[in-house]
Amino acid sequence: MNLLQSLGHVSLVSFAKLGRASLFFFALLRSFGYLVTRPHLIIKQLYAIGVLSFWLIIISGLFVGMVLGLQGVYTLSTFGAEASLGIMVAASLVRELGPVVSALLFAGRAGSALTAEIGLMKATEQLAGMEMMAIDPLKYILAPRFIAGFISLPLLALLFSSAGILGGHLAGVELLGVDTGSYWSQMQASIDFYDDIVNGIIKSIVFAILITWIALFEGYDAIPTSEGISRATTRTVVNSAFIILFFDFLLTAIMFGSH
Amino acid sequence: MIHNKSLEILVGLFVSISIAALFFMALQVSNFNGLQANTSYEITANFENVSGLKDKALISMAGVPIGRVSQIQFNPEDYNARVTLQIDSQYNQLPSDTSASILTAGLLGEKYIGLTAGGMDEYLQAGDSIELTQSSLVLEQLISQFLFNKSDD
Amino acid sequence: MISIRNLSFSRGARKIFDDISLDIMPNKITAIMGPSGTGKTTLLKLIGGQLTPDSGSIHVDEQNIHQLSRPHLYLLRQKMGMLFQSGALLSDMSVFDNIAFPIREHTQLPENIIRTVVLMKLNAVGLRGAADLMPSELSGGMARRVALARALALDPEMIMYDEPFTGQDPISLGVLVSLIQKLNQTLHLTSIIVSHDVQETAAIADYIYVLSEGKIAGQGTPEQLAQTDSEWVQQFMQGKADGPVPFHYPANAFSADLFHS
Repeated sequence: MNLLQSLGHVSLVSFAKLGRASLFFFALLRSFGYLVTRPHLIIKQLYAIGVLSFWLIIISGLFVGMVLGLQGVYTLSTFGAEASLGIMVAASLVRELGPVVSALLFAGRAGSALTAEIGLMKATEQLAGMEMMAIDPLKYILAPRFIAGFISLPLLALLFSSAGILGGHLAGVELLGVDTGSYWSQMQASIDFYDDIVNGIIKSIVFAILITWIALFEGYDAIPTSEGISRATTRTVVNSAFIILFFDFLLTAIMFGSH
Repeated sequence: MIHNKSLEILVGLFVSISIAALFFMALQVSNFNGLQANTSYEITANFENVSGLKDKALISMAGVPIGRVSQIQFNPEDYNARVTLQIDSQYNQLPSDTSASILTAGLLGEKYIGLTAGGMDEYLQAGDSIELTQSSLVLEQLISQFLFNKSDD
Repeated sequence: MISIRNLSFSRGARKIFDDISLDIMPNKITAIMGPSGTGKTTLLKLIGGQLTPDSGSIHVDEQNIHQLSRPHLYLLRQKMGMLFQSGALLSDMSVFDNIAFPIREHTQLPENIIRTVVLMKLNAVGLRGAADLMPSELSGGMARRVALARALALDPEMIMYDEPFTGQDPISLGVLVSLIQKLNQTLHLTSIIVSHDVQETAAIADYIYVLSEGKIAGQGTPEQLAQTDSEWVQQFMQGKADGPVPFHYPANAFSADLFHS
């Protein structure tokens, strides 16, 4: 009986939280008009969220690409198909690894930072202070960060995939002797801009909306103590990871299933 | 609100590099040719068997890509498959007795349509149909043919 | 100027306010006092419209706060200043920008006028020289004074002070007390002080409400309260260690505990 009770309680609490989170999301959307006249708020957040994640993404992408290159050559050479390395690296990155890994890294770096920042602002009453000054913190603090996250992650995913493809070239062509011509030409023949690249971008846009929403809401909803903030930050990273992988499955099935 | 000039420059750099990455992906990595005004015209071809041929499969002539398959339909009148071929407009001088075969690219590769020129002076126009077609090879039929021939020995 | 009628508010199972009514007179310093945890800060949030009561009403300038639409509520808040316990300065902006923040958001004044106004407000609290410091570089007392300057930025009609005297050294305390009194006089403000520091508050308040357990335990001018019959209020105002609020938490007889076998 106790198990059922706890299950029911957990479900109710989760639904209530989902409800609050949805109201929060719609309130964010209503803030866009306010920001049209205040682009500097968004630019500042683009710096904090996007520019500061740049090197993390590029270097990670490079190494992932290099590993793909190495593993690819080892595996493909058993079929005598090293020339297809370009397709393998590019397809893996553009369709899957680029959007997903960059989203996971983003959740860990930018997502957790956002949650901690907003939680701390809540704990030090900065959000309440703003409300009493008749300035809506949703519009001034939260919405710029949402838009910045929405713009940054797809750009970062593109950077990740590009770095990875170059990394694959570095490992496969320069280090292991695959022919550079086949690397690029086979890739170009097989990767379709709309089916592969655009689908990858759509994936990262979906991830961007979800991760930034989770990060901002967990901070906004956090219990304003140091323990509460640390738990909220953990929840951001963990929940983002689950959601990314779940939606990746969903989107892959929808987008690539028809082939 | 006083904002740092260098902050804006860095953000601008970030966005530009990302857009450059997008162009890199589009041009170097994929077969993007959407910027060229690609007009095309459509012709049809009837095949007995198109198994393995897919939508958007390549159409090539002398090994050069000249178009894509836009539609594959079952024709209930003659129980054949009717394939709609979308040929780039610049290749508008295909003789009207051009033949179409369904071929395989590489060993495990995908099916594509190869066109071979005939000798007529008239050219295929939009809506025309290719008469001479060669269906795709079905493995089972090949094997049964081979066995049949073998049994003659 | 503010009239609270039959206000009830609970947080979870705990009833914080139980049908209380009080008035805040214009141009006077009204103090709300009581032991820690009686919900004094909650009262300020209710007045500011951040929380909604379970029943009862709060009228500010004859407008029912909780029936106002959001834009109207925001307009009304521009007439209220609030000084939070921690100052609540925005940590990524300098002192100058913190004070300029509400002015830049709510008015279209050009930068040179804003500069003059900010420096005037800083001067009123004695911190004009600290204009370029960041909040992390300020001491607690300085942060509160900056927050006070910010609360005054839009020339409000009313200021609410949330525990302004807590944890201050004697000199900062003296500064704050004299500031609150002078500002109230010169700017014709209505001030509400929420505090449990009896001495400082009683020195400047015109009228005091003492809250306890969700009800008003006593009210009056400082002189009236000093003569009050209520033992509980006497114990509170004089800080006596024992009285209606007992020193000993309820327990068995001491000898029974000591010789318990």
